[in-house]
Amino acid sequence: MQIQPILTALRRHKAGTLLIALQIALTLAIVCNALFIIHQRLSHLSEPSGVDEANVFVVTSMWGEQYSKQEEVAKIQQDLATLRQLPGVQDVAAGNSYPLSTSGWDNFVTMTPEQVKPTTDASVYAGDEHFVRTLGLKLIAGRDFRADEVANLGNRENIIPPVVIVSKALADKLFPKGDALGKAFYSMSSTPTTIIGIVETLHRQDVDTWSAPYAGESLIWPARLVRSMSTRYLVRAKPGQLEAAMREAPKALYAENRMRMIDPKDGILSFAQVRERAFERDRGMAILMGIICVVLLAITGAGIVGLTSFWVGQRRRQIGVRRALGATHRDILHYFLTENLLISLGGIAIGVLLTFGLNLWLVTRFELKVMPLAYVLGGVVILLLLGQSAVFAPALRASRVPPVEATRPV
Amino acid sequence: MGRGKPCQTSASKKYLQRYGTPMFGYYLQLGLRSLRRNPMLTALMVMAIGFGVSASMITYSVFRAVSGNPIPEKSSQLFAPQVDNWGPQQNQDGEPPGALTYTDAMAFLRAHQASRQTLIYRVMLSALPTRANSIPVAAGGYAVTGDFFPMFNVPFLYGSGWNGSDDENRAADVVLTQEFNQRMFGGANTVGREITLSGHDYRIVGVMKHWDPKPRFFGVWGESGFNDPPDYYVLLNRMLDLKVDTWGRNSCRGDLSFTSYDQWLQSNCVWLMPWVELDTSSDAARYRHFLEGYAADQQRAGRFAWSPNVRLDNVMEWLEKQKVVPPESRISLVVASAFFAICLVNTIGLLLAKFMRRASEIGVRRALGATRHEIYAQYLIEAAAVGLAGGLLGLLLTAIGMSGVGLLFAPEIAQLAHMDISLIGLTLVVAIFATVTAAFYPAWRAAQVQPAWQLKSN
Repeated sequence: MQIQPILTALRRHKAGTLLIALQIALTLAIVCNALFIIHQRLSHLSEPSGVDEANVFVVTSMWGEQYSKQEEVAKIQQDLATLRQLPGVQDVAAGNSYPLSTSGWDNFVTMTPEQVKPTTDASVYAGDEHFVRTLGLKLIAGRDFRADEVANLGNRENIIPPVVIVSKALADKLFPKGDALGKAFYSMSSTPTTIIGIVETLHRQDVDTWSAPYAGESLIWPARLVRSMSTRYLVRAKPGQLEAAMREAPKALYAENRMRMIDPKDGILSFAQVRERAFERDRGMAILMGIICVVLLAITGAGIVGLTSFWVGQRRRQIGVRRALGATHRDILHYFLTENLLISLGGIAIGVLLTFGLNLWLVTRFELKVMPLAYVLGGVVILLLLGQSAVFAPALRASRVPPVEATRPV
Repeated sequence: MGRGKPCQTSASKKYLQRYGTPMFGYYLQLGLRSLRRNPMLTALMVMAIGFGVSASMITYSVFRAVSGNPIPEKSSQLFAPQVDNWGPQQNQDGEPPGALTYTDAMAFLRAHQASRQTLIYRVMLSALPTRANSIPVAAGGYAVTGDFFPMFNVPFLYGSGWNGSDDENRAADVVLTQEFNQRMFGGANTVGREITLSGHDYRIVGVMKHWDPKPRFFGVWGESGFNDPPDYYVLLNRMLDLKVDTWGRNSCRGDLSFTSYDQWLQSNCVWLMPWVELDTSSDAARYRHFLEGYAADQQRAGRFAWSPNVRLDNVMEWLEKQKVVPPESRISLVVASAFFAICLVNTIGLLLAKFMRRASEIGVRRALGATRHEIYAQYLIEAAAVGLAGGLLGLLLTAIGMSGVGLLFAPEIAQLAHMDISLIGLTLVVAIFATVTAAFYPAWRAAQVQPAWQLKSN
C-alpha cells in the first residue's frame, strides 16, 4: 500500500483530518487518565484489613446515663459477658475503634523521647486481651496481651501502656532489620512502650490520602477506654452465624440495660458494611470514570464512522475510477484502513503528550501518582483498535462501489 | 431607557434588512428538514451533545453544592483567627494548627477585640424523649457562646439565643434546632421549658428556624462540613464546667503528660474552633495586629519559642484552606468537562460532514442570490436546533443521572446535588451555545462554497 497518495488526499481534507486526530488525541488523554484513576481507586477497595471480615461485626453503644469510671468499667464487663452468652457469638472484645472505621486516633512515633521530628505515624487501637483473637488478626511473632496488662483509661487519662502489639508494617518501618520484637519506642510520651507481639496485617482506621505514607502502620495498646461516651464492641460470630448474631446482639444489650443508645443507622455494622462505607468514594469515582470512558470511546468511534462515511460518499466517483483502473475490493478497503491508521497515529502522537500533561496536572493538583507507561501503551492499543473497527464498515461499503460509478455524473 | 430605544430599533432594523425576520422561520424549517434527512448523523450529534452536557451538569451540580458560599451575606466579615502554638518544628508546613488550645481560646475570648466572637466545639449528649418507656437517643450539638447566633444570622422560630451575661453566669442554656424540637416536643413552643441532656437540666431559651448552611463552615476543622446537622447549641461555659469532652477533633503534639481533663485543658492540644466578626477591613487589620501582639507576648513570656505566626481567614479562605471540596468532586468535574470538549470536537467534524454534503445545494442557493451571510445564518440556526435537541436529551440524561448520583458520591454529598430551574436553564443554554460555537467553522466553510464551481461540477 502506497502512503503517498493517501497523504495527498488527506491534504485536501485538512479540517476533517485534523478534527479526527484531535478527537483521538483528547480521547487518549482522558481514557488513559480515567483508567489510571479507576485502577488506583479499585486497588484501595481490595486493601487487606487483617480482619476476619466474613465473621466480624461491630456494635457502637453509647451510655444513656452518667457513670463514674468504676461503674462504667463494670457496665462494659457486663455487656461483654452478655454478648459472649449469645449462641452465635464466638468471641467479643472492647476496643476504641476498628480498621477502616474512617475515624479514630493516631499518634506520632519516635525512637527516643527527645526526638522532635517523628519517625512515623501509627493508627492507635486500644483493645483488651480479646482484641487480637476476636478480629482474627494473625500474630506472627511474640504473644497476645494478658488480662492483667489491660488498663482502664478514664477521660483524658493519657497513660502510655508499657507493652504494645504492632503491625508488621510499623515494625518494619521502625526496625528495618526485622528485630522489632522486644524493642521499645516512644509515642508522644516520655515513657517507652515495648513491642511484645507483631501481627501480620492491621489496616489503619482512616483511608485518607494523607496517611498513604504510613499505610498499614498500626499499634494496639492493652487498654480499655472508659470515657463515658461510647464503647465499641467487636464481635466475632461463629462461622455462618453472622446475621443471626447481629440480630440478637442489640436485643440482648437492650434487655440487659435499656439506658443505652445504639444508632439505628450505623450502631451495628458487619465488616462488609464497614468496608463498603470506607471505600464508597473510591467506588463512586471508579464507576464514574468507567462510564465516562465507555461513552467517550463510543462517541469517538461513532464520530469516526460518521466522518469516514461522509468521505466515502464524497469519493464514490474517484473510487469508481480506481476500481475501473484495476484496483481490487481489498485495495480500496486497505486504502481507508491505512488512511485511518495514519490519522490515528498522528492523533496518538499528540495524545501521548496530552496524556502526560493531564497526568502531571492531576499529580500536582490532586496528589495523584505518576502514570506508568503501560497505561499509555494500553490506551494507544485501544484507540488504534477502535479507529480500525470504526472505519471498517464505511471502508467495506467503499470497497463495494462498482467501477461503473466512474462513468456516472455525481 | 428612552434614549436607548430608537437606537435598538435601528440596529434590529439593520438586522432585518440584512437577514429578514421571516427568513428565521424559514431557516429553522430548512434546518429541521435537514436534520431529518440524515437521521444517523443527526442522532450521533444529538447524542454526543446530550451525553457531554449531562456529564458536565451532573458533576457540576455536585461541585456547585460543595463549593458554594454557605453565608454569602457575611462571608467576608467572619474570620477564623489562628495562632501557631506548635512552632515551626511541629506544625504542618508552617501553618498554624487550625483550632485553638483552651489557653489561647480563653485568652482571645477575654481580650474581646472583635465586635462579636465565639468558640465552638462538638458535643454528644443523651436525651430522653418525654414519652413513657422511651429509650434515650444520642443528640449531637455544638457548645458555643451567645455571640454565635447573631454573628451567623441564625433565624429563630421561638425565643432567641442567650446573651453575654448568660455566658458569664455560666447558665445552663440551650437552643434547639427546629428538627430536634419537633422530634422531642412535637414542635411546640418550648421556650422557658427544660430539657434533660445526659442527666443535667437545661433551660430552652430559643428554637431555631431550619438553618443548615452547607458546608457547615464553622465546624469544618473537625468534620467534612456536609454531615448530619446538629440537634442543639449549648452554652460553652456550662459544658466546660461539666467537663464534657469534645466529640469532635482533638490534635496534639509532642510529649503528652496529662492524666486528667484539667491537665488536658492546659496542654498543647487544639480542639476549640474560634470565629470572630470584623465589620470593616480596618477592623480586620486591627484584629490581625492584636493576634500578632498576642503571639509576641507569648514569645516574651517563654511559652512560644518562635516568632508570631498567625492567620486570619475569612469564610471562603477558610473553606479553601480546609479543603472542604472533596477532591473527587473536582476531578470528576474536570474529567466530565474534558469529555464534553471531546464531544464538541466530534460535533464540529460531524457538522462539517453534514454541511459539506450539501455543497451543491448551497451552490444553487448562492447562484439564486443568497448572500454568504444568509448561508452562514441558516447553518448556525440549524446547529442551534441540533444544540436544542442535544440539550433536551442532556436534560433527560441529567435527570436520570441525578437519581444515580448516590452511587458516585458519598451519600452526604450526593444528597446536596439536585436539579433546579437554574440547572435546567444552564443545561439548555450550555448545549445550544456550545453547539453554535462548534458550528462557526463548518458554517463558515459552507458559506465559502463557490456557486460557479458547484454548478459546473454538476
